[in-house]
Amino acid sequence: MISANLAAVSYLVSGILFILALRGLSSPDTSRQGNYFGIAGMIIAIVVTFLSVGNFSSSLSYVIIFLLIGGAIGAFIAFKIPMTAMPELVAGFHSLVGLAAVFVAIAAFLNPAAFNLGNVGNIKLASLIEMSIGAAVGAITFSGSIIAFLKLRGIMSGAPITFSGQHMLNLILGIGIFVLIFYLCKTQSTNIFWTVIVISFLVGVLLIIPIGGADMPVVISMLNSYSGWAAAGIGFTLENTALIITGALVGSSGAILSYIMCKAMNRSFVSVILGGFGADNSTNDNKEKKDQKPVKSGNAEDAAFLMKNASSVIIVPGYGMAVAQAQHALREMVDKLKKNDIKVTYAIHPVAGRMPGHMNVLLAEANVPYDEVFELEDINNDFANSDVAFVIGANDVTNPVAKTDPKSPIFGMPVLDVEKCKSVLFVKRSLSPGYAGIDNELFYKDNTLMLFADAKKMTEDIVKNLD
Amino acid sequence: MEIDPFIFRLSIFILSIFIGYYVVWSVTPSLHTPLMSVTNAISSVIIVGAIIAALAGNSDSIFNTSSIFGFIAIILAAINIFGGFLVTQRMLQMYKKKKDKKK
Repeated sequence: MISANLAAVSYLVSGILFILALRGLSSPDTSRQGNYFGIAGMIIAIVVTFLSVGNFSSSLSYVIIFLLIGGAIGAFIAFKIPMTAMPELVAGFHSLVGLAAVFVAIAAFLNPAAFNLGNVGNIKLASLIEMSIGAAVGAITFSGSIIAFLKLRGIMSGAPITFSGQHMLNLILGIGIFVLIFYLCKTQSTNIFWTVIVISFLVGVLLIIPIGGADMPVVISMLNSYSGWAAAGIGFTLENTALIITGALVGSSGAILSYIMCKAMNRSFVSVILGGFGADNSTNDNKEKKDQKPVKSGNAEDAAFLMKNASSVIIVPGYGMAVAQAQHALREMVDKLKKNDIKVTYAIHPVAGRMPGHMNVLLAEANVPYDEVFELEDINNDFANSDVAFVIGANDVTNPVAKTDPKSPIFGMPVLDVEKCKSVLFVKRSLSPGYAGIDNELFYKDNTLMLFADAKKMTEDIVKNLD
Repeated sequence: MEIDPFIFRLSIFILSIFIGYYVVWSVTPSLHTPLMSVTNAISSVIIVGAIIAALAGNSDSIFNTSSIFGFIAIILAAINIFGGFLVTQRMLQMYKKKKDKKK
C-alpha cells in the first residue's frame, strides 16, 4: 500500500511520459523513443494502481490473468494486421476504449464505495455527472466506431445512409441524454442510468451512418477525439490525474486531426457530420456530356517509354493504391527508374486514403525512405518543373476543377497541381468519378495519358517494360 | 475558504488540452497514423479504473456484478494497450531514411 500522495505523483509522471510519447512523433527519428516513453508511462500507471489498491486477495491473480488474456489478443492482432487494414484497426481500437469507459462507469455506478464516491443511491453529485458524461461519450464512441469499422472493412456499404428527420432525431436524442442525466442526479435511479447508455449507443450509430466513405479520415479522427473525452470524463470521476491528462491530450489530438482533414477537403466540420456527401448525383448530367470528350489512353509500354525518357517523376498515390495493394510493385518500379538516374519523389495529399497519414505508412511498409515523401504544400511547386506525374489510385485530390470552377462541390479544396507536369500518367480502372461524385478534368487534358487497369497489375506491367 | 479539489483537476485538464494542442501540431503529417494508434494505446490508461473496479470484489465474491464489468474492461483496455503500442512500434520501425546516397 502506498500513500495517496505518492500515487498521485506517480500518475502525474505517467501523464508526462504520455506527453513525451506524443512529442516524439514530431520526427521519425525520435518517434521510436517516444513510443517507449508511452509504454513506460503505462507500466507506471498500472503498477501504481495495484499498489494503491493494495488488495492482494485472490482477485489480484484474476486481474493479472485477464490482463494477460487481453494483452495476448492485442499482441496477436498487432503482429498479424496488414498495413492496408490500419484504418479499420484504429476504428476497432477506438470502439474498445469507448466500451471500456462505459464499463468502468457502470462499475463505479454499481459500487461507488470502491472508488470513494459515496454509496449506492447516494453518489456524490459531481461524480454522478462526470460518470454519466463519461459513459455517454464512451457509448457514442463505441457504437460510432463499430459503424466506422464495418464501413471501412467493407462489411457495410460506404455509401451514406440518410433518412428524413435524421438530424432532428439526433438533436432530440442528444437533448434527451442531458435531460435524463439531470433526472439521474435528482433520483439516482439505476434505470435512468441504463437508459442514458442505451440512447448514447443509438446516437453513435445514427451519427456515423450518414457519413460517406471519403469522409472517413474526418470520422476516424473525430472518434479518436471522443475516446479521449470519454477517458477524461472517467478521469474526473476517479479523480485520477493520469487519465485526465491523457484524455485531454487524446481529445485535442483527435480534434486537431479532424480540423486538418476538414481543411484539406475545404469542408466545414458541421457539413461532414451532417453527412450525405457523395450521395448527391446532381452532377450526373454534366458527367454524361463530358464523357463524349476524347480521352487519350495508353498501355504499360507507352508509360514505361515516357518515364524512361523523363528526368524527374512525381508519384501521386491515393486510396486506390491501398485497395490494389500496389505499394510494393510501385516501389519496384521506382527502383528501376532510379537506376536510370531519374529523380523520383512522392506527393501526398492530406486526405489521400482513409485515415490521416495512411499513404505514408503504406509507402514506409514498401521500404520507401520517408525523406522522398512530401506533403502537398512542400511539393506542389515542383510539378511545373517535372516531366511525368504518375497518379496511382488518387482522383479528386488532383482535380483542377477545385481551382477553376466555383460551382464544383470541391471548389476551394487544396489540390495537387498535377496538370502542370509535362505529362501525366493516370492509372485508373475506368473514367468513373471519385467519391466527390464529380468528373476529373484531368482525364481530358492533352498531356494526360490514361492507363486503364488495376493499379497493381499496371505497375507490374510497367516494371516489365522498363527492362 | 478552501478551493474545491475539482478546480485543481479542471486546471490540470485545461492545461493538458493546451499542451496537447501544441504538441500535436508539431507532429509531422507523415506520422499521423502512428499518432492515432499511440493515442489509442495511451487512452487505454482507463485500465486503472477497471483494475480498481475488479479488485473491489471481496474474497467471498470475487465476481460480483460491479467487478465483472471491471474484469471485462480490463480485457478490452489490455487489448488496446498491447495492440496499440505494438502496432505503433511496428509502423515506426518501417520509417527509414535513404540508405544509399549515391553521389
